[in-house]
Amino acid sequence: MDNIDRRIINALQTGFPISERPYQEAAQALGLSEQELLDRLENLLKDQTLSRFGPLYDAEAMGGALTLAAMQVAEDRFEKVTGIVNAFPEVAHNYARSHALNMWFVLATETPEQLQQALAGIERETGLTVYNMPKITEYFVGLKLEA
Amino acid sequence: MSNLDEIDLNIMRATQAGLPLTAKPYHAIAEQLGLSVDQVIERMRRMQELGVIRRIGAVPNHYKLGYRFNGMTVWNVPDEKIDALGQRIGRLDFVSHCYHRPRHLPLWPYNLFAMVHGRSQEEVDQQIGQIAAILGQDNLGSDVLYSTKILKKTGFRSK
Repeated sequence: MDNIDRRIINALQTGFPISERPYQEAAQALGLSEQELLDRLENLLKDQTLSRFGPLYDAEAMGGALTLAAMQVAEDRFEKVTGIVNAFPEVAHNYARSHALNMWFVLATETPEQLQQALAGIERETGLTVYNMPKITEYFVGLKLEA
Repeated sequence: MSNLDEIDLNIMRATQAGLPLTAKPYHAIAEQLGLSVDQVIERMRRMQELGVIRRIGAVPNHYKLGYRFNGMTVWNVPDEKIDALGQRIGRLDFVSHCYHRPRHLPLWPYNLFAMVHGRSQEEVDQQIGQIAAILGQDNLGSDVLYSTKILKKTGFRSK
């Protein structure tokens, strides 16, 4: 990753045009040619510096539902419970974390009903309490990571 | 999905993994879906206005950029002050997500969540100190949860 890559990543985290030739517009603002921007984006994706390039959709704004949930899982059952939780297609992310509540997962569904069903299903199949922590208010979501 | 019709959903399905890396990406999507390019552009602009598309852009891999230290900081603050405090914490440039979420007493007394990102443990510790300083006397207790393992990461996918 060189300085041009860094400038591309920093500039394109916040927005990209919806227009006939969006890469050309974005390239001009960066002082690059359209082809150079395309080539560099391709390489940044290939070497996984970028995990994705494109639109970020908001499940809730689409009428879907999203929540963060946590569970307290005994160490000797951790692997088995991970398998059960991850088998739910509604579970988008799952992280082990350093706390008594040691498993944290995000569920995303197309409807609020599907979300409640998935939470109940996880409780039923694991025999554990799921602590549901849906957002009450969002103050900020964004990436501001300086490359 | 209340706000969207089948054409919007098709555009979402065609682009959620990424925008085509060709000079005319919206033409490519239009061609794939049998739509006109004006239709694709108009609908994507509308979805952006509705907030369905949060933004279009580069999603960096934190680890590849050197941000290996990510902590979920959680705070117990008075409910009547949380909105004002949450907005201030959300404006900090090292905070990527900031939410008010419910407590689960007695196990979970925290109602303010802020995800912080640093390139070293010292940097994260310093960031946590900055948040604590802003909260001041309204900080009734806090914790930091570090992710010890990614167990699953597929992202949201519509069927």
